[in-house]
Amino acid sequence: MNTDRDPSRPLAILRSQGDAAWTVEFGAGIDPVLHARVLALADRVRALRDVETVLAGVLDVVPTFRSLTVLFDPLRTDAEALGQCLLAWSERCAPAERPGRCWRLPVCFAPEFAPDLADLSAACGRTDAAVVEMLTGTPFRVGMIGFMPGFPYMTGLPPALARPRLATPRKVVPARSLAVAGTMCCVYPWESPGGWRLLGRTPLPLFDLQQAEAPAWLAAGDAVRWQAVDRATHDRLAADWARGAGSREAFLVPAEEVPCPAV
Amino acid sequence: MSGGLIEVVSGGPGCTVQDAGRVGHRHAGVAQAGWLVPPWADAANVLVGNPVDAAGLEWRGPGLVLQVVRGPVRMAVAGPVRMEVSRGGGPARSLDPWCSATLAEGDRLHLGAAAEGWACLALGGGVRVPLVLGSRATHVRTRFGGLDGRMLAPGDRLPCHRCEGFGMQERRAWSPLALPTGPIRILWGPQDDHFTAQARAQLLDTDWQVTAEQDRMGMRLAGPPLAHVSAAAADIVSDGVVSGAVQVPANGLPVVLLADGQTVGGYPKIATVIRADLPRLALMPAGRTLRFAAVDAPTARHALLTAQADWQTWVSSLVLHRPDGWLDERALYNDNLISGMWRADP
Repeated sequence: MNTDRDPSRPLAILRSQGDAAWTVEFGAGIDPVLHARVLALADRVRALRDVETVLAGVLDVVPTFRSLTVLFDPLRTDAEALGQCLLAWSERCAPAERPGRCWRLPVCFAPEFAPDLADLSAACGRTDAAVVEMLTGTPFRVGMIGFMPGFPYMTGLPPALARPRLATPRKVVPARSLAVAGTMCCVYPWESPGGWRLLGRTPLPLFDLQQAEAPAWLAAGDAVRWQAVDRATHDRLAADWARGAGSREAFLVPAEEVPCPAV
Repeated sequence: MSGGLIEVVSGGPGCTVQDAGRVGHRHAGVAQAGWLVPPWADAANVLVGNPVDAAGLEWRGPGLVLQVVRGPVRMAVAGPVRMEVSRGGGPARSLDPWCSATLAEGDRLHLGAAAEGWACLALGGGVRVPLVLGSRATHVRTRFGGLDGRMLAPGDRLPCHRCEGFGMQERRAWSPLALPTGPIRILWGPQDDHFTAQARAQLLDTDWQVTAEQDRMGMRLAGPPLAHVSAAAADIVSDGVVSGAVQVPANGLPVVLLADGQTVGGYPKIATVIRADLPRLALMPAGRTLRFAAVDAPTARHALLTAQADWQTWVSSLVLHRPDGWLDERALYNDNLISGMWRADP
């Protein structure tokens, strides 16, 4: 949105979310510059939680595409001081070079996992193979986690593949489905209703309670590149994870291998 | 394996295991869940001598029947509910809410319908289901916590603490824990600027009706639709939401998010209900009307401190007593008083 870069607009606006949360809003649209500011402020608040008295009552820090929501215990927090502090930091926080983590994650495009691939390809005037190539050749960026636990909203789908959501959402989307809508891409961590177009399936659990420190695999700011795997590989990886033999670190790649969408 | 054990004999829909909720995981998309009426849950826990973070049962709608498989087990209910206990083949005895009681092995507890909103049951030692991300609270939508993340069903077994005996005195409140009265207080924002001045006035001037479209995620209100400043203002790029958020989709009808509400949302929020008033809002049954009143941050803080003071007053008004009748007949022979520390934390 053009207004987001209007120089007369303040860099950040403090919005009230009741007496137990603030939202620092950097803009109204989806824009990598705004997102970088959100993440810079989130990093700062997290880093200083145990240091700054004003943050002692902070309970959670929730980054989204364009804003940061900070939830706090109102009985242990000077809400006004916290709000002013967040605002001051958001003015000062440079949207620093923040590589984030970069992942190369497997996805299987077998027809039984990709019920909407043929329609999307036809609507875009491309072959299925060409669409898969575009999907796997594009770096995606996690804007936020939400809707359901571990559900990543990722930007970066080439506009040539942008189509609206299905007119009639599915009552049941299979777990681990890779799906797209507009220029966004997501994975349904487990079975749920959903209206995005299903193009494949990953064998990996993007939300895993066994990983108690970080049950959500992805976090806002992470970069993801999809790697096509065949059905046999998908099944083998899925079986590995089902018996607890998977390692997330094995899917990390050096940052330079995945050029993130421009920040 | 000598802990207490409770079995669900009948009922269960509308009843879940809850506790103070799953705090600190919203950035991973995990809703807080937890008690809809925390002051009542805290009251029930205090009555049985639990710390206030203990897990218990919360239900709405139809009641349920529980049986003590291994006991004795202490229990207390907060909320306007009729209850009875039956022992052996004997006649049922009525039991009061806001009062602890000790049930023997084999006793059946008939919990009545929570017709007026919700009710909470505390069991001595808390319901000991596994912790999931630091909490035992059930979130049905994502099948987290509690018993397999679902509502209770006949045959379910709930482990808890087994009392040493019947020697303890019970705790009784002279009156239910009162919640604030008057209009539901809100702070404007975060997106009040997406609404016309008339819509903002209308939010405060309308007798909003609570509809049947309500659950642990939120409650939809009926009234004159609130106008956004433009059609485009009815949608926002999703950002963080909290419980108490009054979100208004394009149809203009407000939905107030509650404990199970999702962590991000794409509807503008005209206002947010203050913490002190969220419990009594969640209690309002379909058909009830309510008014909103806009307050400022100091007033919201004062309301919260007042609620805390009211809570302290209620806790210090509890009295120890020995119930008459068979519910404590063994106490006469076993005067092994467990003094139990009273927890007065908010």
